[in-house]
Amino acid sequence: MAAIAPPGQADLREPAGWRRTKNRLATILMLVAFVLAIIPLVFVLVTVVAKGASIISWQFLTSSIPFNVAPADVGGMGPAILGTIEITALASVLAVPLGVLGAIYLNEYGGKGLLARFLGFLADVMTGVPSIIMGLFIFAIWVLHFGFSGLAGAFALGCLMLPVVIRSTEEMLKLVPDSLREGSYALGSTKSRVTLTVVLPAALGGIVSGVLLAIARAAGETAPLLFTILTVTEANPNVFSGANTSLPSQIFVNASSPYTGAQARGWGAALTLIAIAFILMIAARLVTARFARYAR
Amino acid sequence: MSAVTQTGQAAPGSVPAGGLAARPGLADRGFRWLALGAGLLVLVILVLIAITTTQQASSWFSTEGIKIFSTTWNPAANQFGALPFIYGTAITAIIALVISVPVSIGIALLLTEVVPRRTARPIVYIVDLLAVVPSVVWGLWGILVFAPWIQHIYASIGSGVNGIPVLGSLFGPPTSGASFFTAGIILAFMITPIVTSLSREVIATVPSIDREGAYALGATRWEMIRGVVWPHSQGGVVGAILLGLGRAMGETIAVALVIGSSATITSHLFAPGYNMPAVIANQFGEATGVWRAGLMGLGVLLFAFTIIVNVVARATVERSARRMRGA
Repeated sequence: MAAIAPPGQADLREPAGWRRTKNRLATILMLVAFVLAIIPLVFVLVTVVAKGASIISWQFLTSSIPFNVAPADVGGMGPAILGTIEITALASVLAVPLGVLGAIYLNEYGGKGLLARFLGFLADVMTGVPSIIMGLFIFAIWVLHFGFSGLAGAFALGCLMLPVVIRSTEEMLKLVPDSLREGSYALGSTKSRVTLTVVLPAALGGIVSGVLLAIARAAGETAPLLFTILTVTEANPNVFSGANTSLPSQIFVNASSPYTGAQARGWGAALTLIAIAFILMIAARLVTARFARYAR
Repeated sequence: MSAVTQTGQAAPGSVPAGGLAARPGLADRGFRWLALGAGLLVLVILVLIAITTTQQASSWFSTEGIKIFSTTWNPAANQFGALPFIYGTAITAIIALVISVPVSIGIALLLTEVVPRRTARPIVYIVDLLAVVPSVVWGLWGILVFAPWIQHIYASIGSGVNGIPVLGSLFGPPTSGASFFTAGIILAFMITPIVTSLSREVIATVPSIDREGAYALGATRWEMIRGVVWPHSQGGVVGAILLGLGRAMGETIAVALVIGSSATITSHLFAPGYNMPAVIANQFGEATGVWRAGLMGLGVLLFAFTIIVNVVARATVERSARRMRGA
């Protein structure tokens, strides 16, 4: 009975002809788009590893920065690594607590109110402010009065990190279920106590992960440091006064140098910088996987 | 009766004075103000940026007047016109968007509509890695590896189109490895992750019931994307593109290394140029007087442009998200 299909029955197989070709073409183009995006990534990473790995050694990581004319096997990036670590750490100390507090206001106190919505909008807008503007801003408000220092660089990096920390922390606070807050209120806690002892610990994994990503981003920034730390070649362990240096600023200087030795040290510094950023990023993923109770 | 109740309520020890809705304690209120202060810091910083940088740039605005928009920037001759840099910023950002937008939307569609969730995650990681590579490393690679390689391609394209009316004036000689176009390409790499992730977020909000409806009517995947996904996410994707534009306008160090540092207005995309953030980065250290004020003024203009672009972009994203929720 059903063995022979009547001639007028609809064809339920895949669409044929031009429609199918167009569909395939679109899918192929999407794959091509992905391939186009990974080509530069692979090229950059391979070049940095190939050119940087040969120069990196304990000596490179610790010894002082030589003159640009020095050959590749002389000196290293010690002062720049020290500078990057101390300036980024100081920036985090400044920006992270303020960012988390700001996010607490936006999510726990402001809620859907006009002010909180406005401030959240501004934080989004502030993430779009170019990093060089932060450098000019700190130059105008701080360096002109108190001189170049690691602290000034940390202020500039902190300004960049602040909105990022606020937004990522707020996302994490939003994920904490209200039942936790209500349970704590029911036991008679005040709002600050609920926030600090229930909400924050519940969201901690996600917050730490977001903060690590913000730090990784800040550690690679050059533009805000140009006019705030001045980029010298001597090591300066005192982050609070005197001109300083950092890995990104040294890469910037060495990239425009005609000397092959300086360029080689630039590649070594680039590999070090990317390694720092990757370590922070992997740490962030690990924290998310291990400790984040409420993931997106 | 009521008297008894009242005395009962007033009994010491049972309930804090003033009932359960008592004013919170000092510490509690203090914490609230602290959090509010941290939240307001964003507003304070943005206002301070506007005030202090404008102050530092005031001598440029006052000595040059309307000439701040003239076409010559020559510190040696005390000429500080900003137009070459505004032009360069626009050109490089447009090149970056033309390259990056189709790629980003393609990846976003691939992630949301084609591959299963398990495969999508590693792709997201890989695309995000583009954003982890610091700007200065893009610049280092751009000037030492990419520009020397691509200059041969520019040169052969340039000699090929030389003399042809429109193409000749866009892609013809002079050509140079460090140029508007190289800067645009590097910028495209750098903004692709953000445009991709925002587009993906927007596209992911398209209700699956609409998708299934289109499939049930016999649409192919591409027809479903054209008919359901695109109309739904158009506004949000435009917002994502605008955010990418904001990034491309402000990205500094990579561009400063590969743009060629020549303050000229030319239609030749393969010729060296300059843009606003790059000239600030390269010249601010040695600048004094009106020159420094001029660079600060370029910063003020750049700040204004990026704020406008970002406000419009965020408003667009938010409006389309609201409409989506309403739908």
